[in-house]
Amino acid sequence: MSEKYISRSKSVAARTLGGEMMIMSAKDSTLFSLSEVATLIWEAADGHTPLSEIVERRICAEFDVRSDVAYRDAEQLVEELATRGILSISSRPVPDAQGPAVEAP
Amino acid sequence: MSLMQELNDKALRLGVPLSAHLDLTYRCNERCEHCYLDHDDHGEMTTAEIKDLLRQFADAGVFFLTLSGGEPLIRRDCFEIIEDARSLGFNVKLKTNAMLIREKEALRLRALGVEQVQISVYSDRPEVHDAITKVPGSLERTVKAIRFLRSQGLRVTMANVLMRSNRGDTEGVHDLAGKLGAHYTLDPTITPMMDGNTSVLRLRVDASEISSYFHNPSLVGDVESFCAPPAAVDAQVLEGLPCSAGHTSCYVSPYGDVYPCVQFPLTCGNVRQQKFLEIWRDSPQLAEVRSIRLKDLTTCSSCTHAGSCTRCPGLAYMEGNMRGPSTADCEKSFVRTGITTAGMLARKGSPTLMPGLVQINPTPPLTV
Ligand code: SF4
Ligand code: SF4
Repeated sequence: MSEKYISRSKSVAARTLGGEMMIMSAKDSTLFSLSEVATLIWEAADGHTPLSEIVERRICAEFDVRSDVAYRDAEQLVEELATRGILSISSRPVPDAQGPAVEAP
Repeated sequence: MSLMQELNDKALRLGVPLSAHLDLTYRCNERCEHCYLDHDDHGEMTTAEIKDLLRQFADAGVFFLTLSGGEPLIRRDCFEIIEDARSLGFNVKLKTNAMLIREKEALRLRALGVEQVQISVYSDRPEVHDAITKVPGSLERTVKAIRFLRSQGLRVTMANVLMRSNRGDTEGVHDLAGKLGAHYTLDPTITPMMDGNTSVLRLRVDASEISSYFHNPSLVGDVESFCAPPAAVDAQVLEGLPCSAGHTSCYVSPYGDVYPCVQFPLTCGNVRQQKFLEIWRDSPQLAEVRSIRLKDLTTCSSCTHAGSCTRCPGLAYMEGNMRGPSTADCEKSFVRTGITTAGMLARKGSPTLMPGLVQINPTPPLTV
């Protein structure tokens, strides 16, 4: 399995409102609301933590799910987020990934 | 219900200021004839103060941030502020005259992920635009800047303020926006000066002229629905809120004063003296604004236009009563539909505009 590294896109805005992550893309001004799992992945998308580690630490630790199933679902989800320009996927760590900060109110 | 409506409803329920408008300065490199600002610097917030405020905004849940002025780019730290705002996750909209935007600045705005740039354009004819801004060559520079921004793929809105001096040029600006790939908005509202001086109101076009714009499909889209008679006012409408000011949005001046909206000069506190969230949660002025429902309005609650009027409580406040009608919106409702408004009847046809104006007066800077 080749490793995947994900980074938050620099052209989106993000804010947590009442526990829900809202994302707006500057490219086409589309507003998205992320599910709980997508939010965990988005928050962990720092460009240098491998997706497999994110799944192990953030998803499997919080939800009762087998890691191979969780990884498959996460792969699908990041592909979808990448298509919408919210995340980018790389086969190598991205040293200067600096999407919006993720502190929430 | 769209996701945006859901977001607004949720912010309202949770008492979150979803949108904030921050003027970085009142200084400007143009001198527009209708501008209501005092362009002298009375002690603007420093870079550090603004960055601290942005953190407070983010903690309070602000998502949509409008940075404006004066001319915001006149501040040397403007890009540093935008960069900080973007790193805090705000959706940033910049309002500028674009005079200081060249290729390099357009590239930077794109790289920073600014969502939208709004630029005032008064005419497609330099002799008219430049006479309004009082800066020769300003239209040419502004249009060049729009081209740079568009070539970077940035969303640009051209805001066309309607006055006597440019009233013949709305179609021209509309077409220019089309050619440049920019959005177009028309605004017939002229706001009085900050010191309450109403002389700029003489620049407003007559009601009969506004009517011709309101009946122009290229400006308003579907004229029939835009100018339709108002729908019946029911109990649900009367329980409604006047607007988002002070509920999910607010304004902060370059001196740190907090208001419900840029067009609502009711001082609610100052971020140099109190934390933003304290002001947002505890200000008695904001509590009063938030307590008002349409049914509480003195004249408007009995007006047939109540459900469809664009009544601005800020303009009403400037006229002396935040629960009263706003003359400019009464006029718009009337020319749109041809139906007399309760405000007109109350004024008994008096042509007097906006008596006893209240305006934004900068809080003197703290001496430390
Ligand atoms: S109606 Fe007036 S006070 Fe309300 S948000 Fe609009 S401009 Fe501000
Ligand atoms: S038309 Fe005038 S009186 Fe009627 S709701 Fe609007 S501002 Fe109030």
